[in-house]
Amino acid sequence: MLHLILFLLFGLVCVAGAVNLLVQRHPISSALSLVVVMGALAAEYLLLGAEFVAAVQVIVYAGAVMVLFVFVIMLLNAGEEERTQGSRVAMLIGIPGMLVGSLLVAWVLIQHSGTRSAAVGELPGPPKTLGWLLFHDYLLPFEVTSILVLVAIMGAVVLAARPESAQRTGRES
Amino acid sequence: MGVGTFIFVSVIKIVVAVVILLTAVAYTVWLERKVVGHIQNRWGPTRVGPFGLLQPLADGIKFIFKEDLTPPHVYKSLYIAAPMIALTCALTSISVIPVGNWVTVSGISTPLQITDLNIGLLLILGVTSLGVYGVALAGWSSNSKYSLLGGLRASAQMVSYEIALGLSLVGVLILAGSFSLHEIVEAQAGTFWGFIPRWNMFQGQFVAFFIYLMAAYAETNRVPFDLPEAETELVAGYHTEYSAMKFAMFFMAEYANMITVACLATILFLGGWKGLPYGPAWLQDLPVFWFVLKVFCFLFLYIWVRGTLPRFRYDQLMAFGWKFLLPLAIANLVITALVVALKG
Repeated sequence: MLHLILFLLFGLVCVAGAVNLLVQRHPISSALSLVVVMGALAAEYLLLGAEFVAAVQVIVYAGAVMVLFVFVIMLLNAGEEERTQGSRVAMLIGIPGMLVGSLLVAWVLIQHSGTRSAAVGELPGPPKTLGWLLFHDYLLPFEVTSILVLVAIMGAVVLAARPESAQRTGRES
Repeated sequence: MGVGTFIFVSVIKIVVAVVILLTAVAYTVWLERKVVGHIQNRWGPTRVGPFGLLQPLADGIKFIFKEDLTPPHVYKSLYIAAPMIALTCALTSISVIPVGNWVTVSGISTPLQITDLNIGLLLILGVTSLGVYGVALAGWSSNSKYSLLGGLRASAQMVSYEIALGLSLVGVLILAGSFSLHEIVEAQAGTFWGFIPRWNMFQGQFVAFFIYLMAAYAETNRVPFDLPEAETELVAGYHTEYSAMKFAMFFMAEYANMITVACLATILFLGGWKGLPYGPAWLQDLPVFWFVLKVFCFLFLYIWVRGTLPRFRYDQLMAFGWKFLLPLAIANLVITALVVALKG
């Protein structure tokens, strides 16, 4: 019972954070709302018995990815968002559209997945089980993903590196 | 153990741990002023109490009664939240630090730590990675160039060194096979050839220990990595605009982080509460003594380094982290994994 209450509570925090992300006008406030969403998601994972995933969620998303977001916003000193005629139209069409879309998704999920809810500890949670799954049963998808990440890293390096001519003369292009 | 007893024991442990941690924070500051004073051929605090021992108390009273100034140009909500985030994250990590083995008091058996999580180490890493927000937001919300530069430096530095820090711990995890700090210490019991303790540092994690040490100095923004608050160029860095208790919260967070890092080093590399394998039996079995002694040595080393080394230049700092510590940590990880795999 307590489990369910906590689960719903953190779900509520998560959704509230997501809505706040859209409502806030300042990029930093939005980024911090996203941190709240990540934290609440981690709590949900923890409640489902996936303690390792929860910890990784906090370390990777809340602790590293979002710190970089905040870092970039601070560095660029991004100002407040401006509301124009277009954004009002987007709000008028977007909010009902999003509601219809999410209702559709929820309906499809309930119809086709069977309404049985997962019990705590039913899914693999401990790091050992997870590691076994990742490096044994799902080794190929894991390796493919790692190549994808490697490609992304190399792309970032190529984009960020200064062109050779600028390096020779020592001037920024 | 019933629910009532459990809550009672937990509350007692939490109160004791927090009080000891805050006292330790206060007296680390005193120790630092004393030791750095002697290194620089001065006396350090001497006036308040014998050897200046009451100085932390006087400092605390001063911080409480100082005017709490909020500059008019700050982003107020974040400006107030930032020191709270920093201090909360710094104090939370103590909850999984074990200072000793299980003890039994009047029939109730409990470990000498607030809670023994099976992901204890990950919790500490997660909480410290959230601590960056306190520093970054303080720098940004103060709306001043020195603070902003300090905040930017701090977040870049902490994110960069976190990677080397995390990788240096993986070797220990491979040897222990658990994230629980209690089990990591238990895995270091025993000796090699009867006289070298089986601590992880002597189990081939010697390099990892030094990577951890250097990355930890950077994570806690201490000399020689104290660029976020380099006073010769940035006034005081991210906490330039803070005064009174808000400034004190950053100060306390920094020292609490130092203590956490020292505790973690003790647990992961120096066998936690396990004593030396020789000497009289009662000395070997003293429960908290060895842990406190090792942590004290670390804190002393911290202060010693502060009194000795100059500050890095910023590009040197980044190059050192990414081009030296990170590859070294990866090499250490690969070699450890190979050795463990070959041993079977």
